[in-house]
Amino acid sequence: MNGLVYGLAAFVGIVATALGCYGMVGGTGAVRLAWLVPLGGLDLTLDSLGAFFLALIGFAAVPTSIYAMAAPPDESKARFTFLGFVLSMCLVPLAANTMTFVIAWELMSITSYFLVLQDRESRSSVYAGWVYAVMTHAGLACLLAGMLLLGAWTGSPRFEDWRAAAPALASGARSGAFILLALGFAGKAGVIPLHVWLPLAHPAAPSHVSALMSGVMIKLGVYGLARVSLDWLGIGPAWWGLTILIAGAASSVIGVLYALVDHDLKRLLAFHSIENVGIILLGLGSSVVFQAAGQPTLALLGLTAALYHTVNHAAFKALLFLGAGAVVHATGTRNMEAMGGLIKRMPWTAACFLVGSAAIAALPPLNGFVSEWLTFVALFQNRHLSSIGLNLVFVLGIASLALTGGLAMACFVKAFGITFLALPRSDAAASAVEAPVATRLAMVMLAAACVGLGLGPTVIVPALGAVGASVLERAAPAMVGDWLTLEVAGGYASLSALAIAIALGAAFIVPMAALRLVRAPHRTRDYETWGCGRIVQTARMEYTATAFASPFKRVFDFFYRTTTRLDIEFHPQSRFFVQRIEYENHTSSIFHDWLYRPALELLRAGARAAGGLQSGSANLYLAYILAALLLMLVLT
Amino acid sequence: MIVEAGVAIVQLMVVGLGAPLLLGMLRTVKARLVGRRGPRPWQPYADLWKLLGKEVVVSTTSSWVFRATPYVLVATVLVAALIVPVFVAHPPLAFAGNIILLVYLFMLATFFLALAGLDAGSAFGGMGASREVAVAALAEPTIIVAVFALALRADTIDLGRVVERFGHEPWLAANPAHLLAFAAFFIVMLAETGRLPVDNPATHLELTMIHEAMVLEYSGRYLALVEWAGAIKFFLFMTLLANLFFPWGLTSSVGPGAMLLALVALGGKLAVLTGAVAVLETSVAKLRLFRVPELLAGSFALAFLSLMAVILVQ
Repeated sequence: MNGLVYGLAAFVGIVATALGCYGMVGGTGAVRLAWLVPLGGLDLTLDSLGAFFLALIGFAAVPTSIYAMAAPPDESKARFTFLGFVLSMCLVPLAANTMTFVIAWELMSITSYFLVLQDRESRSSVYAGWVYAVMTHAGLACLLAGMLLLGAWTGSPRFEDWRAAAPALASGARSGAFILLALGFAGKAGVIPLHVWLPLAHPAAPSHVSALMSGVMIKLGVYGLARVSLDWLGIGPAWWGLTILIAGAASSVIGVLYALVDHDLKRLLAFHSIENVGIILLGLGSSVVFQAAGQPTLALLGLTAALYHTVNHAAFKALLFLGAGAVVHATGTRNMEAMGGLIKRMPWTAACFLVGSAAIAALPPLNGFVSEWLTFVALFQNRHLSSIGLNLVFVLGIASLALTGGLAMACFVKAFGITFLALPRSDAAASAVEAPVATRLAMVMLAAACVGLGLGPTVIVPALGAVGASVLERAAPAMVGDWLTLEVAGGYASLSALAIAIALGAAFIVPMAALRLVRAPHRTRDYETWGCGRIVQTARMEYTATAFASPFKRVFDFFYRTTTRLDIEFHPQSRFFVQRIEYENHTSSIFHDWLYRPALELLRAGARAAGGLQSGSANLYLAYILAALLLMLVLT
Repeated sequence: MIVEAGVAIVQLMVVGLGAPLLLGMLRTVKARLVGRRGPRPWQPYADLWKLLGKEVVVSTTSSWVFRATPYVLVATVLVAALIVPVFVAHPPLAFAGNIILLVYLFMLATFFLALAGLDAGSAFGGMGASREVAVAALAEPTIIVAVFALALRADTIDLGRVVERFGHEPWLAANPAHLLAFAAFFIVMLAETGRLPVDNPATHLELTMIHEAMVLEYSGRYLALVEWAGAIKFFLFMTLLANLFFPWGLTSSVGPGAMLLALVALGGKLAVLTGAVAVLETSVAKLRLFRVPELLAGSFALAFLSLMAVILVQ
């Protein structure tokens, strides 16, 4: 039964990919059933941008479904919910009017809510589900408000009509709609400071669901942001783009900073999703700014970078979540401090996780590097902008992207090094075994996608450019080049991922061979690690994840606001003999302390004040109704 | 095509063979400055040759990551050597991704070296790895922003064309922005290549060192490769400094005479810079580890100011 349903989900994925690719090469299609849904009917339309996201969903659904087939029963039991989740996600980019969109969006939220809530016994899981439900519905409220207002102003619930009517609206109305819709979509995308649900919900879900949520679902927030800022509302003012750009810069740096000090493997990955959405928004924001500045060619470059990073992040984040899932099954814990030495026990998982780590850290020649390179080049185009304020924001974007790259590299040295290398830090890790074949197959597929997406920008960038051009309308192609080299921004910069890969390969093999010819190597001796003269070398002497992250904690102390407690119990006779040491180190979230807690307290105070009205007496309620009626009559 | 391949091979030879000599020169000058005779400049060649013939001890704890890392390091720095304009203005792999690629190639090297540091399971390796990635992560924005300041002024991101533009129009370089970018890049060079005051390449006191702690487990030919890669990285950073900020003497043609002249010019510039690094290294003390981020933040501020100056002047 499991195999059948997950097989069906994989089949849905293949169909979605095929349909999406058909739409990306220019195919169109529409389904309209007016009787099925009230207020405008079911309206599904395939257009270029929607097709790209549809293909993305399908592309991630296939390996995650394969993984789910081999997942243990307690993780894979919600099979129909999973299928519903995949199907509802497929509907979102196809929806062409408000009602269809909202129904698909809500179905996606509800199915993912039940998938997050799989482990109903654990308090943390229930809490995660609760926060997720609240945040996603707050977002839905914003979306509904924005869409209904826009529908009322333009006189149509259909997105196509908005495109035609929106440019004629008053600028205040357009900006109001933009703010509401952008807030709703940014919440789904996990943009700081609306990210609080993401590090709770993603780790709580089973790993194949986490992979889909992180890899694809939050991208639908990006899809919505792209629609709002470039498509539905026409060309907006520059501050829309700047807002997106600043949100992207903040999300990328803050996301990776949180990931650095988190030692729960899946939560670390969830924080990296925030970071990567930030990188996508850097590209998207630059695109909106260029569009406002009347530079459609550069806008296309920024949008292409954003779309490229979207698909790249889906590939490596799904891979990393599946890898983390395999590790969690094998060791029974998500805590990295209890792992180690898994590279010898799970060689396939380790190799795939290493590919994913290198890809997300944007190391050449893998896919993360290509899209970050494009984002850098898009941001460098600020030389075409005249305003100093705009330039300043772009420079901040460049600096935060560079800082993010460095910190992500550091974080994945920790994630891979502490999890897979050295000696196992617990018995569970020591007795871990390799994941089943289906799991490995899913991971190898995604690792191959990371390599392929990295080597093929000369093919992929023009395809994505065509998708972007359909949104931006009449934009000239921003990239030229041949099969080997990609030239962007009118010859300003060029990239050849293939040449890098070939050069790296040659420079790896030739010295190895030459060394054997020039100076025959003496024998290699296997011996224990040098231990400063200590007799036993155990896992307790290894560097821990906490220790690894401690330089960052010190450097960014103003952000983490760490509280440390050190409790040492000495031997009563001598202070030189320590009997027990307890060390605790906590970081606190400024968003929780400064934004959400005051907001929640305000909400509670408001509820308490309103509670005074609720006496329970029917007579009083009748009086309220009468008063309200009178008020209405007086006001109108 | 054949000419380009020839240039590539000559450039690799210059960088690969010149790197140990540059390091040897630096050590000799430093020794002379503090009144020692010191080793001869070509001592690093002898060291590398000796290490290549020695037995390798590999920890039983470690995995294939540890054994592959020395080759990954060599591969990344050799590819990097083809991106930097060393003595010809148009390096062979310049089309492959420019300065961004260069920065991320060095990150690739750091990534694997740090993993290798963790692989053997000793506390020293982990300590070194943690510190090295911290320094590398904080240095990266400075490199990108400083080089972008130059690129913005020269109106191209291609390193070779930046150098050419400044060479032809020296008044572009006569600008406070240029000086700020130079200072920022110089500090980052010291941090990235593990020189004083960030790291002490001569120390073997485990608690204070960064890079040396991370490679503590390496021996024999692996150590030779790691050291050689480190020397090449130092050479490339020095060359970048020399050519970006003193952009004269590079050749656009590939004739043997012009190339020889360009090499002499490069040697002269590197000698001056080496002298400056030696003086600096003998006159400052190593910073406490947790003061290093302040230095790097300072260098970032310089780079940022430089970029701001460029934008405001335009």
